[in-house]
Amino acid sequence: MSLAFYLIAGLSVAGALAAVLLKNTVHCALALTVAFAGLALLFLQLDAQFAGFAQILVYIGAVAILVVFAILLTRGSETPKDGVYSRNPLIGLVTAAAIFAVFGWAVLNSTTSLPHESAKPTVTVLDIGNALMGRYILPLEIVALLLTAALIGAVIVAMHEKDGAQ
Amino acid sequence: MTPLTGYLLVAALLFAIGLAGALTRRNAILVLIGIELMLNAANLNLIAFWRYSPHPEALTGMMFAIFSIAVAAAEAAVGLGLVISIHRHAHTTDLDQMNRMKG
Repeated sequence: MSLAFYLIAGLSVAGALAAVLLKNTVHCALALTVAFAGLALLFLQLDAQFAGFAQILVYIGAVAILVVFAILLTRGSETPKDGVYSRNPLIGLVTAAAIFAVFGWAVLNSTTSLPHESAKPTVTVLDIGNALMGRYILPLEIVALLLTAALIGAVIVAMHEKDGAQ
Repeated sequence: MTPLTGYLLVAALLFAIGLAGALTRRNAILVLIGIELMLNAANLNLIAFWRYSPHPEALTGMMFAIFSIAVAAAEAAVGLGLVISIHRHAHTTDLDQMNRMKG
């Protein structure tokens, strides 16, 4: 494990923690951007250049901006008077801690059976494009249809209703 | 500790943080942020397994992660559209106050 991995992992985890812990919702969205950037760096660290840059474009470029727009449109940046956490936060915390314990136990106990190829994969963006246009053409078309339908649906759901017309 | 174990532990930690956020926050947008973190942790697992698999040139894990990113983008758009629509209707994004299916 290199020093770079620990630094990037620390950055991602710190960003994620800040995103769920901070009181101001706009600060949460900005911390979420830090977490996404850390994850993109982790992808690059794993020699997945295409996925790393797709992560930057899609998450930092689109999803984070969308979240900020939603916060500002719903005036969510005002801290509510009865706190930012639900009535029983302990249940959620215990559930999350239990799930992390199970995951950590499973990962640490299966070290010998996990793959551990050390050779760097020689995959270029050209290979990914060829695979997307060849073997994965049907999933690609389905995802294109899904994205179109989801974006049209999101616009229709969020569109302002005229008075009287439901 | 092998490199893959480190990545899997980071992904598990991010997933747990996202789950805790989704379960404990009041604001609907913060719940969506927690779900996005969980999806990203799953993506990190896929990419890590792809990197250390015996056949990375088959691109299976990479393709899974790319499609997962696209589906997560669609999910974020629809989710935030719903939150904006609900806010216009109920004038709140507090999930504890949204206790009716009927408008």
